[in-house]
Amino acid sequence: MSPTHLFQFFGDAFLSATRGRLAYHVWMGGLTFLMLLGAYAYSVQLQEGLIVTGMNDHISWGMYISNFTFLVGLAAAAVMLVLPTYILDDVDFGGAVLIGEGVAVAALVMCLAFVTVDLGGPHRVWHMIPKLGYFNWPRSMLTWDVLVLNGYLALNVMVPFYLLYSRYHGVKPDKRKYVPFVVLSVFWAVGIHLVTAFLYAGLPARPFWHNALLGPRFLASAFAAGPAFILMLLGVIDRFTDYGIRVVIFDKLALIITVAAQINLVMLGSELFVEFYQPTEHAESAVYLFFGLNGHDALVPWIRSAVALNLGATLCLSIHPLRRRRGILLAASTLLFLAVWIEKGMGLVVPGFVPGPLGDVVDYHPSWVEIWVTVGIWAMGFFILSGLVKVAIAIETGRMKAKGGDQEVPTESL
Amino acid sequence: MTKSSSIKTWVRRLLNPEALRYLAADDPEGDRSFAEGAAQVMDKQLDRRQALKAIAGAGAAGAALVQAACAPLGGRSEEAQHRWEEFFKKNYRLMTETERAETVTRLTKLAADDRGGAPHIQTTPAQPGVLFGYAFNISKCKGYQDCVKACIHENNLDRGENMQYIRIFEIENGQQSLASANGSYYHEVPADGHYYLGTQCFHCENPPCVDVCPVGATWKEEDGIVVVDYDWCIGCRYCQAACPYFGRRFNWSAPQVPPESVNREQHYLGNRPRKKGVMEKCTFCIQRTRQGKLPACVEACPTGARVFGNLLDPNSEIRYVLANKKVFRLKEELGTEPKFWYFTD
Ligand code: SF4
Ligand code: SF4
Repeated sequence: MSPTHLFQFFGDAFLSATRGRLAYHVWMGGLTFLMLLGAYAYSVQLQEGLIVTGMNDHISWGMYISNFTFLVGLAAAAVMLVLPTYILDDVDFGGAVLIGEGVAVAALVMCLAFVTVDLGGPHRVWHMIPKLGYFNWPRSMLTWDVLVLNGYLALNVMVPFYLLYSRYHGVKPDKRKYVPFVVLSVFWAVGIHLVTAFLYAGLPARPFWHNALLGPRFLASAFAAGPAFILMLLGVIDRFTDYGIRVVIFDKLALIITVAAQINLVMLGSELFVEFYQPTEHAESAVYLFFGLNGHDALVPWIRSAVALNLGATLCLSIHPLRRRRGILLAASTLLFLAVWIEKGMGLVVPGFVPGPLGDVVDYHPSWVEIWVTVGIWAMGFFILSGLVKVAIAIETGRMKAKGGDQEVPTESL
Repeated sequence: MTKSSSIKTWVRRLLNPEALRYLAADDPEGDRSFAEGAAQVMDKQLDRRQALKAIAGAGAAGAALVQAACAPLGGRSEEAQHRWEEFFKKNYRLMTETERAETVTRLTKLAADDRGGAPHIQTTPAQPGVLFGYAFNISKCKGYQDCVKACIHENNLDRGENMQYIRIFEIENGQQSLASANGSYYHEVPADGHYYLGTQCFHCENPPCVDVCPVGATWKEEDGIVVVDYDWCIGCRYCQAACPYFGRRFNWSAPQVPPESVNREQHYLGNRPRKKGVMEKCTFCIQRTRQGKLPACVEACPTGARVFGNLLDPNSEIRYVLANKKVFRLKEELGTEPKFWYFTD
């Protein structure tokens, strides 16, 4: 890996990420436009302060942290592909796994972006750098989250980079070099999930979150929504590129999604039972979420549609003949993805603050700034994902490979 | 130091996270040992000044940018220099006495430029043998809210967003839950058939807000006061989510205090001006109480419902209340041990 080789690799990667059909350019152009809108909205927020959001002292986390929470789940989902492919030697997922890791990278970048835009003093984040600042580890769960998220990002950049770089040079990747990291990333994926759940579950002040089921439910819903997203993405790739995805991959993914969605529903049922069978004062957040409290019911339509989508999608997926139809499978995955986005985002974060510790019931409505910053960050995620997938496909299909005589001598051609 | 011994220290530090937990240290020597320990860390691990110098050197362009951004008043070089140094100063608990004095000088100069009138910023440390506690007499409070007004003025609270540390709840007789209480009433008091209960930060002995802060910008002082370093807080609001008593307030926008009503008798950890995007809260009027005075709310209360004092002094009024009245605290089951009791006559 000499610097010139790296330079050449990134040059080629840049070229293949920036060239494409008209539709690709329109797509990327559209995303850029949305990112610019988001950047403008963020500049307003920087100027005025977080006052331009819908948050306040009562509901002090809103849309940003909701999206962050959901995206951690999306990032962790890559592991459902990684595990069988690299460790169980189930080659079925071979082509899809790089895509899954691309999703993880994009999701993590979005996670970090959402946390950053949520800060009141983003220019002071250097206070978190150990030695230079003060890193309150291991007391604060937030510092754990910073560690695991960045570590997971590094792992998900390193492994695919190594694989693609080898392929680019026509070298067979050395298993001993990357499998240890893959194993690590599997545990790490569970880690980012649990740590993020502990961020909430570790707060006795908020009974809605202070709940041992929070972590496991996080995992189940993530392992449904994440692969659902990857499945949608593979559907798009299969349809619009010359990179064919084998049917068996869709089938296996569909199975994973179905099982995870079913487990998630069981846990939801168990949670609802505890909250509503003999409602205590601690059930008030759930009451607020599902039925509204003292005339405040901003979240009710959201959570009800989430539950309906969840039930509908899980039902579709559970019936074999329906699941086997590609169109229905893709539609069900999309609905499931949306359902979890609502449930794990707004449906988890906001009700934790309602009612407040002193009984205040306040509604939360995201402001236009929040909505546009959120849209901008999602556009950035899709932008990164599109570029990564484009390059990965170009290498996998052999369209992008090292040329010239100065390349490293391939030990074993593929 | 030889290489092997430095590796050994490193491993030991890794295996013994206690050594990393200066901010959570509750030992009586806490404040001092923390500063010393930190100084050692700074000296051995990395010369911070050098590192900062390197950053400053490498980022000359960035420096210019930050200076420009920080000096909207025309960027006189001395002021720009002060703002630059302010930006790169340490967490208050990590500072040496000299560094504390330096930042106070800078802050005083900057404030004098900004607001036409130099404040007096103390850094008075916790006094030995003092642990502050508070008691609130529900039988006496009539809901006049003079305490709220006094607090706003004393602590330079943001007038723009009407920030209040203290909340007075109006509760119907026979009720106890705050959920059924009215936390914002606008009628003549006392209202028939109601009683009044005030809340603020309770300065918990086991404060969850302190544990969760990722940068150690908030901590419990030796005299039991939970404080925030306004210049260190990054505004993540995790502490606000962790507080079970709605004790914390965030500066959602740049706070506004008319220059003529700024209280210029200030404490670094107390009522000095805050900025946009940082957390703040009641400090038991640290700028007054560490000088032996009562908090502004206690002094302002016309009914004598508020009792404040040293829990370690057996002859204090607060100890009398705790020994002779029926007292209770909010949400005892959470184990936060608030140093704020309610009692009835
Ligand atoms: S009342 Fe809230 S802010 Fe005050 S010390 Fe306790 S947890 Fe912290
Ligand atoms: S808002 Fe400030 S004080 Fe509170 S946890 Fe975040 S950095 Fe710490």
